[in-house]
Amino acid sequence: MITDISLYEVLTVTTLLFFIGVYGFITRKNLISMLISVELILNASVLNFVFFNQYLYPEMLQGAIFSIFIIAVAAAETALAVAIIINLYRKISSVEVADVENMKY
Amino acid sequence: MDISHTLLIPLIPLLIFLVLGVFYNKIKPIVSGYVGVLGMLVSFGLSVYTAYQYFLVNGQIDGVYQSISQKTVWMRFTDTLHIDMGVLIDPISVMMLVVVSTISLMVQIYSRGYMKGDSGYTKFFAYLSLFTFSMFGLVLATNLFQIYIFWELVGVSSFLLIGYYYTKPSAVAAAKKAFIVTRFADFGFLIGILIIGYYTGTYDFETLNQPDGAAILSWTSGSFMGLSILTWALILIFIGGAGKSAMFPLHIWLPDAMEGPTPVSALIHAATMVVAGVFLVARLFPMYYFVENGFALQVVAYVGAFSALFAAVIAVTQTDIKRVLAFSTMSQLGYMMLALGVSGYEGHEGVGYTASMFHLFTHAMFKALLFLGAGSVIHAVHSNYLKDMGGLRKFMPLTNITFLVAALAISGVPPLAGFWSKDEILVAAFEQNKLIYLVGVLVAGLTAFYIFRIYFGIFWGKETQYKHPPQESPASMTIPLVILAFLSIVVGFIPFSEFISADKTGFEGHLNYPLAAIATAVGLIGIGLAFVFYKKENDLSDRFVHAFGQFYTWTFHKFYFDELYLFITKKILFKNVSYPIAYFDKKYVDGSMEGIGNKTVWLSEKIKKIQSGRLQDYAFAFVSGVVVLALIFVYFLKN
Repeated sequence: MITDISLYEVLTVTTLLFFIGVYGFITRKNLISMLISVELILNASVLNFVFFNQYLYPEMLQGAIFSIFIIAVAAAETALAVAIIINLYRKISSVEVADVENMKY
Repeated sequence: MDISHTLLIPLIPLLIFLVLGVFYNKIKPIVSGYVGVLGMLVSFGLSVYTAYQYFLVNGQIDGVYQSISQKTVWMRFTDTLHIDMGVLIDPISVMMLVVVSTISLMVQIYSRGYMKGDSGYTKFFAYLSLFTFSMFGLVLATNLFQIYIFWELVGVSSFLLIGYYYTKPSAVAAAKKAFIVTRFADFGFLIGILIIGYYTGTYDFETLNQPDGAAILSWTSGSFMGLSILTWALILIFIGGAGKSAMFPLHIWLPDAMEGPTPVSALIHAATMVVAGVFLVARLFPMYYFVENGFALQVVAYVGAFSALFAAVIAVTQTDIKRVLAFSTMSQLGYMMLALGVSGYEGHEGVGYTASMFHLFTHAMFKALLFLGAGSVIHAVHSNYLKDMGGLRKFMPLTNITFLVAALAISGVPPLAGFWSKDEILVAAFEQNKLIYLVGVLVAGLTAFYIFRIYFGIFWGKETQYKHPPQESPASMTIPLVILAFLSIVVGFIPFSEFISADKTGFEGHLNYPLAAIATAVGLIGIGLAFVFYKKENDLSDRFVHAFGQFYTWTFHKFYFDELYLFITKKILFKNVSYPIAYFDKKYVDGSMEGIGNKTVWLSEKIKKIQSGRLQDYAFAFVSGVVVLALIFVYFLKN
């Protein structure tokens, strides 16, 4: 148990982390940066799982186990996304998100 | 009696139609001709076998010809009211099977010669098979709805075959005219069927036609404008029949239908389809006779008699030989109708019914022969008009002789087929209604006159100088002529009244010598007049035309009925009803629909910019949505 730090303070940190991720996802021009932002969002949620587990049900482990699942899924998803980005780079020699707008009306 | 093989009679032509239609481009013309003829031969064999079995072996029980049917329920509305599909074998349907298959076979053989080299040869045989299938279905129908279905199918085949030369505007117009006029008449037929279904609760012929059955007795149950509602239904059904059989005033399509190839005119517009109206009245004869003491039958008689006279008068003046034959067909159909109209029911009183069917039978033979003979002539001289013909007896001896046989038969000269049936009709008319009898005798004379007018005009008359000397037609065309000529001579000797009669018991027919003598004399006078006028080229006929003056002009223009119809449809209906409706339809109905469409397009143009294709725009929208929903949940839906 981490002493002198309340759940609210921890949640403030993870919320900040989450919205920094969202802000990054929306504003970054580079696909790699966007991917990193997505990782921030995921990490914020992983931290939430761990902290809630620790503060509310210290005798249980479900939160920690879930966080491990999420990390695994995030790794797989990142590998996939990077593969897509590399293919895209081969095709159009760019990883700028503004160059990938073929899906419009 | 087992009748399951009769189902094959219509199905074989249907199969041939499908085969020829599907493999239209792959079949060589010569093969399709043989396939058509062979299939027809099988149907013909089966029809004759059925007739032999039915009439001579085991159709009778206790001297009464049985109605035998095989049917399956197709659509069930209530326990009693359902539409069946099946075959009904009784004297008139068996007789019609023989007529349709004989004429169809002859015409198919003939067409192999007549249509030789035509680009649509396979299509032509496919259409002929479709027609034959529909006609078989019509005569075998077990109920009003089934007959109506096949009724429309023969209408469609007729439409297709009249418009066979579809590059010719007049043929297209004629096809449309035939279809629209008969369709208009069929509307009456349909309403009649529905009324009958509503008031009697059945469509089945066997149930409807029981003389003391509930269906016929129900005529007292409702009335409309002074007549029983069932009488109205029967008159409406007769309107449908009058449309198909070209009765006045729905006759205008038949002369124009001659735009089709001549074998088609012989098969459809002379021998089979046009008698469907007569067949329909005969099919429902007990209803016509017993409902309200036969009021509807009176209508049939007078319409028939008037049409017979009207058409015979017009036929005298026409110069296109196929049109003369078309009006002659209309006149003879009127004859059959009037015979039905003056018929009684029991035993010998039903002589009119027998005579009508007898005349239908013999007329099919000699009128098909006349048309095929005319086709042979047209094939040789490449014209339909009398002015281009003359003196052909030297070039076409076989056509000449067969045409003469048919002409004598239709004129009622003994002992050819037409004499016997016409005599029976006149006997029936004489016993019932003297006025109609007089019309009948007059028409008999006119018939003899106009048919010999074209006979002498074609084969005798002026010695026309031909650029290319006409030649006798090939064997495929002359063989059917000879067979039909033989039939035209012998079928009159069939003791018809023992096989076909209104109450199905049969009676012994006998010749009424005084009436027969009068009819024959009138016919001979007609022939004699034609002989004097047209045997050698002279100006007698022109002088007579002058003597008749205005009347001749009217008759020549068919009493301006086409013009009258055009005036009514174009000037009155189209101008005052159709055009305003069309305007309203285009301006308001279509306009409002188009307006909605246009507004939708406009709106989508405006909002499609949202779909920018930029991933981050979508993400932003998504996140904003989540935030807004979260705020709503937090602040408004907390409790």
